[in-house]
Amino acid sequence: MPESIRLKTPLRDEDVERLRIGDRVLINGILYTGRDAAHKRLFDLIQGGKDLPFDIRGQIIYYVGPSPAPPGKVFGSAGPTTSYRMDVYSPALIEKGLKGMIGKGMRSDLVKEAMKKYKAVYFAATGGAGALLAKRIKRAEIVAYEDLGPEAIRRLEVEDFPVIVINDIYGNDLYIEGEKKYKRP
Amino acid sequence: MREIEVRRITEKVKELCIEANTDLGEDVLQAFDRAIEKEESPLAIEILKELKENARIAKEERVPICQDTGVAVIFLEVGQEVHFVGGDLKEALFEGVRRGYREGYLRKSMCHPFSRANTGDNTPPILHMEIVPGDRVRLIVAPKGGGSENMSRVVMLSPSDGMEGIKRYVVQRVKESGSNPCPPTIIGMGIGGNFEQAAILAKKSLLRPLGSRNPDPDLDRLESEILEEINRLGIGPQGLGGRTTSLAVHILMMPCHIASLPLAVNIQCHAHRHKEVIL
Repeated sequence: MPESIRLKTPLRDEDVERLRIGDRVLINGILYTGRDAAHKRLFDLIQGGKDLPFDIRGQIIYYVGPSPAPPGKVFGSAGPTTSYRMDVYSPALIEKGLKGMIGKGMRSDLVKEAMKKYKAVYFAATGGAGALLAKRIKRAEIVAYEDLGPEAIRRLEVEDFPVIVINDIYGNDLYIEGEKKYKRP
Repeated sequence: MREIEVRRITEKVKELCIEANTDLGEDVLQAFDRAIEKEESPLAIEILKELKENARIAKEERVPICQDTGVAVIFLEVGQEVHFVGGDLKEALFEGVRRGYREGYLRKSMCHPFSRANTGDNTPPILHMEIVPGDRVRLIVAPKGGGSENMSRVVMLSPSDGMEGIKRYVVQRVKESGSNPCPPTIIGMGIGGNFEQAAILAKKSLLRPLGSRNPDPDLDRLESEILEEINRLGIGPQGLGGRTTSLAVHILMMPCHIASLPLAVNIQCHAHRHKEVIL
């Protein structure tokens, strides 16, 4: 396997320009968590012309609803949730400066177009590998929407968080290319 | 009559919720190993090894295999000679789920369909109770995640669609689901019965150990044929391309109405969790 690329957040245009589908990336720095309910709230704020609860520019949102942290642990199990449910909200966030998303599963054409236009990438983390991924999370704090429980927005400090580039800014899609490569008649 | 205290049921449900969510079955781990041997994609092999490592960490540290610790699906087979005493059986089952999800630090995923307000304790579980001969109780807890459940379907086919129609439908469903249900998946199929029975059959078929054969030779052949077609799709582990889109296809079948051909496809992610106990 080729070497992984180390990236530090916040991401700049230069960071995402060099990424291509299939690249294995180790993220260092900050991830913000957010899934269905948090996305709806962020979207409503944007629609209403209001400020978001954190500066989204250059940031990465990780689609995850963790299990509760047991005593003595920083975080519970923390694998990605399926991304298509965030598709209706993502273009607005990307337009506001979001540079990366981590989830699993294919994105809509509208999200892919927004990624191309505003230079953002979509990564996948291994779905169902929540115990393994949690070990890369070094600190966690809630920054908004505590009432949403597992769906609250959390700020995570991560070290070498492993992801794969699914959609780059050039319009490529690893899900489509991967399936094509291994499909048999 | 054999008396069983319902608090024993609570205790067992609690234990099974935690065990199922932290200890992946040996049959699933062996299925990963078989897949690694056959897999052609280097990235897919990496993913499969990651899943093995994840299961090892989860078991060792008693943390959930997957953060989606699911809807608590409970199958209860009650011998007709059993008399439950000491309280309400249904409440005892609910209490077991409450305690399991709280004490095991499992995620509470049940919410109101519209307001999405969380019920806070992962109740209600989904209960399937059956009266069987004998004086024993078989209790199965099978937590089911949302990602793979969302890709599942029940369809009322026409009798003329036949076996070919069933095959086409299932393979198409897996293809359209792509990477969403966390492949490599296990495909549970319920054929026949009626609308709701087909879904229950599909869910139940998932409980059969991976790597075991279907006792009905015709269905066994059908399972192999469908699995082969699915694994020609190229979706692969996590949808990144590869030979291993599904680990197994399981079928349960029963007679149906002369006008119908019910089919349920219950997709199960690789975090294939179920544990049982006999009382």
